Amino acid sequence: MRLWLKLAALALLVCTATATATAFTQQNTPPAAPVDNRRSGLLDMSPATQALQRDDTLNPAWLWLQDGERTFATDCARCHSVAAMGGVATRYPAFDAILGKPVTLAGRINQCRLRHLKTNALPIESAELLGLETFVAQQSRGLPIAPPADPRLTPWREQGRTLFAQRFGQLGLSCAQCHDQHAGGRLAGSTIPQGHPNAYPLYRLEWQGLGSLQRRLRNCMTGVRAEPFADGADEWTALSLHLMQRAAGMAIETPGVRP
Amino acid sequence: MGKGIVHLLRQARRGQLLEVRATTLHPMETGQRLDSLGRPLARDIVRRIECRWGNDLVFAADLFPAVAANPYVSFFVVANTSAVVTVRWRGDNGFEHQEAVSVEVL
Repeated sequence: MRLWLKLAALALLVCTATATATAFTQQNTPPAAPVDNRRSGLLDMSPATQALQRDDTLNPAWLWLQDGERTFATDCARCHSVAAMGGVATRYPAFDAILGKPVTLAGRINQCRLRHLKTNALPIESAELLGLETFVAQQSRGLPIAPPADPRLTPWREQGRTLFAQRFGQLGLSCAQCHDQHAGGRLAGSTIPQGHPNAYPLYRLEWQGLGSLQRRLRNCMTGVRAEPFADGADEWTALSLHLMQRAAGMAIETPGVRP
Repeated sequence: MGKGIVHLLRQARRGQLLEVRATTLHPMETGQRLDSLGRPLARDIVRRIECRWGNDLVFAADLFPAVAANPYVSFFVVANTSAVVTVRWRGDNGFEHQEAVSVEVL
C-alpha cells in the first residue's frame, strides 16, 4: 500500500513538472534529489506549492530578491563580483576571527557593511537584509551544502547538536523528536519535514513574506511553547551549524517556498 | 512605495499570444479581521489591476477582499505592435504602483 502511494506521488510529480515546463522555461531549479534517505522539505509539499518554487516567475521571493540584487550592485559590487558569490551560502555559518565566534551569512553581510563599507548594519529580519542574503544565497542554488571543516567551529556545532536533542517548552519536545523520529509523519494535516535548512531565506505562505532560518526556528520554539532565544543570539547560529552539517551534500534551493 | 514584478517575453512575433505574469507586494488586509485587542482592522486591498499595451487597455481586473497577500495574476495578450507594456496596481489608502516592460514585435 505504502509503495503504491509513493509510486502515485511520483507519477503526480512528473505530471506537474511537465505541465509547468511549457509556458516559461525551467530556470535551473535544483533537482533536490536525495543522495540517501534525507529529503528536502520541497518534496513534502503539495504539487501546487512545489510549482511556486520550481518556477522563478511564480516565486514571490523575487519581490525581495530583486531589491537585494540592486543593493548588491550599488554596495557589495565595489569589492565582490556576483560570480564570486557562487558557493558562498554552502559554507555558512563560518567562523569569524575578529568576533571570535561563528556568524551566519546574514551576520557576515552585516559585518562586511560595518568593517568595509563603514555603514550601518541592517536590522535582523529586515526586508533589506533578507533580500540581500537571498540574492547572495541564490548564487549557490543547486550547489551541495559544504560545511567548513574549521576546528574552531566544532564546539559550536556540538552545542547545536545538543540543542537539537534538548527538550523545550511546555510541550517538552526536542527538534529531534519531530524532525528525526517522526519526519514523514503528520502534525495535524501537515507532513512533518526532516527540517533541512537548504532553502533559506524562503517565502512561507503562512508568513505571506520572506523569512530567515532563524525565524523558522523561532516559530518551532513558540510552537512547543518555549521562550525563544533572543534575536541574533549565538544559540541560533549553533543550531544552524548543526543543521547545515546534518544537511551536508544536499542542494541549496534558495529562494524556497514553504507552506 | 510599492514593489512589483512583471514577467513577459521581451521579443515576440506579430500575432503571438503572450502570457503576462504580474505580482505586487501587498498585505491584502480583508477588513474582516480583528487585531489582538478586538478592534477591526481596516480594509487595505489592491482594488484594480490594469495592463496597457502602449496606450491601449488590454486587461483589467477588479479585486475584492479574500485575495491572498502579494496578489498574482496571469493573463494572455496578443502581440501586435512593439510597445511599452505597463501593469498598474491601484488600491486602498492611495496605493499605486506601476511596472513597465518594452516588448519588441518582429
